[in-house]
Amino acid sequence: MTATDTAGAPSVGDIRASYLAQVGRRRLYSGLALLIFMVLMVSGFNIADERNAGGFWEGLHQIGDYPGEVLAEAWEKRADLPSLIAKFFPALIETINIAAMSTIIGAIGGLILSLLGTRGLAKWPRLIPLFRRFSDILRAIPEIVIALVLIFILGGGPVPAMIAIALHTAGALAKMFSEVAENADLKPVEGLTSTGATWTQRMMLGVLPQVAPNYVSYTLLRFEINIRASAILGFVGAGGLGYELRNAMAWGPGRFDEAAAIFVLLFGTIVFFDQVSSRYRNLLTEGQAQ
Amino acid sequence: MLSITGLTKRFGDKIAVDAANIQIDEPAMIGIIGRSGAGKSTLLRMLNRLSDVSSGQILFEGEDVTAMRGAARRQWQSRCAMIFQQFNLVPRMDVVSNVLHGTLNRRSTLATMFNLYPQSDIHKAIDILDRLGIAEQASKRAEALSGGQQQRVAIARALMQDPAIILADEPIASLDPMNAQVVMQSLRDIHEEDGRMVIANLHTLDTARRYCDRVIGMRDGRIVFDGTPEQLTTGVARDIYGAGADFSEAATSTEIETLDRSKVRPAKVYA
Repeated sequence: MTATDTAGAPSVGDIRASYLAQVGRRRLYSGLALLIFMVLMVSGFNIADERNAGGFWEGLHQIGDYPGEVLAEAWEKRADLPSLIAKFFPALIETINIAAMSTIIGAIGGLILSLLGTRGLAKWPRLIPLFRRFSDILRAIPEIVIALVLIFILGGGPVPAMIAIALHTAGALAKMFSEVAENADLKPVEGLTSTGATWTQRMMLGVLPQVAPNYVSYTLLRFEINIRASAILGFVGAGGLGYELRNAMAWGPGRFDEAAAIFVLLFGTIVFFDQVSSRYRNLLTEGQAQ
Repeated sequence: MLSITGLTKRFGDKIAVDAANIQIDEPAMIGIIGRSGAGKSTLLRMLNRLSDVSSGQILFEGEDVTAMRGAARRQWQSRCAMIFQQFNLVPRMDVVSNVLHGTLNRRSTLATMFNLYPQSDIHKAIDILDRLGIAEQASKRAEALSGGQQQRVAIARALMQDPAIILADEPIASLDPMNAQVVMQSLRDIHEEDGRMVIANLHTLDTARRYCDRVIGMRDGRIVFDGTPEQLTTGVARDIYGAGADFSEAATSTEIETLDRSKVRPAKVYA
């Protein structure tokens, strides 16, 4: 940037030179970044491979063994599959129930946290960092940790799982919601303020109509994630499909047909809700255009 | 040179452009006027092949543009540059990079992904920016520029493509009168100095009159007027805009002079 400090407008030659210098610097930095990335990749892989109990390359060819065994046994006993699916269906309902309740509660919590934590919208602008850090904390603690603590206090069952997932969902959705809300147009809000509307009225009538399609779409996405999460929480004794899956898998060979049935249920459920939610998301965005 | 026959675009049961016929024999500066929704933008977008044609044909120097697919179509798009109302630059990239996007069709995807352009292209980009009077902005981000400057960056990107045709879709609709004048004058200079064909959608009559050699009027998807600016009488303009006898040219103007209204309308009083 030495060429531009001459008096008056710089000549084209100066502009060329200074821009090329800038481009050269940028290329150098990206080259260095690429090099560092490659070095870290290779060395990180080697460290991880050395520390590994088995070793990556020795274990690689065995990767299909376990699923192979499960599939083989499930195929042998394929006649039992429908009855097993029927047997585990109530557990699936419990899992979906946990997911649905925690998504609804989490979304309401996330909505409030996001509006209070968004610049330009917050009721108390000075407290924005407080609400943001609070949702960071909710997001940072894994569901499984909250669930383990709650199971210790409240005992096993779906309620601790529901609370754990709801807390995590509130934190995660608060982040996504506030990013959407940041991009919302503030003119309607100003319009409502000019009519003497309260903060809640401004948020509900000025912001929500703009962001609702995005919010619903994020909530539906979160619902899918929560179905998986609530299935996983069954592993630590929170009930539902995960509990049955752990039992089936822990027993080893002999009950792999049950594990297969549970996988079929879980996969089918996730595909089903994915289809339903993408359909609704499309409807919402199309409705917006009209 | 460019001949458009029976060009039609349907959206569902709505017809946006209805059997348009245009014959252009030499590079000219052409203005397309009409109300919003008359099909001007759709026509330009079909010319650039941004949107597909429902029926009809576009021939450029004997080549059938409407039949092009894949690489041939991208090749055509690089020869037929487009300028948009909202500039359509990449806001977070610097001005020169935005101009260099004009060479994307000629360069490999891998090199451009890492922003690697030949030095000669960078020099050419800065020269084009200098020609348009914004070389000092070269290293700034596109989003940091004013609307008029951004539109000139978009014109520079178009020039970088070294196109035979420049399409401009409402190039001055988002600009103030001063910047609008600068942008229109740049387009006129490009036409006169480089001999490139310029087709611009304009919604103001006086701009079309002042800068264009030929004016095409569209209404409800049909071409209702095609002639020189002199042939464009107030009666014809009323037809194009579907306006009544109270229509005056000043009503569509963005020029500064017309704002000095001698007669101020009396304000209505609401009880």
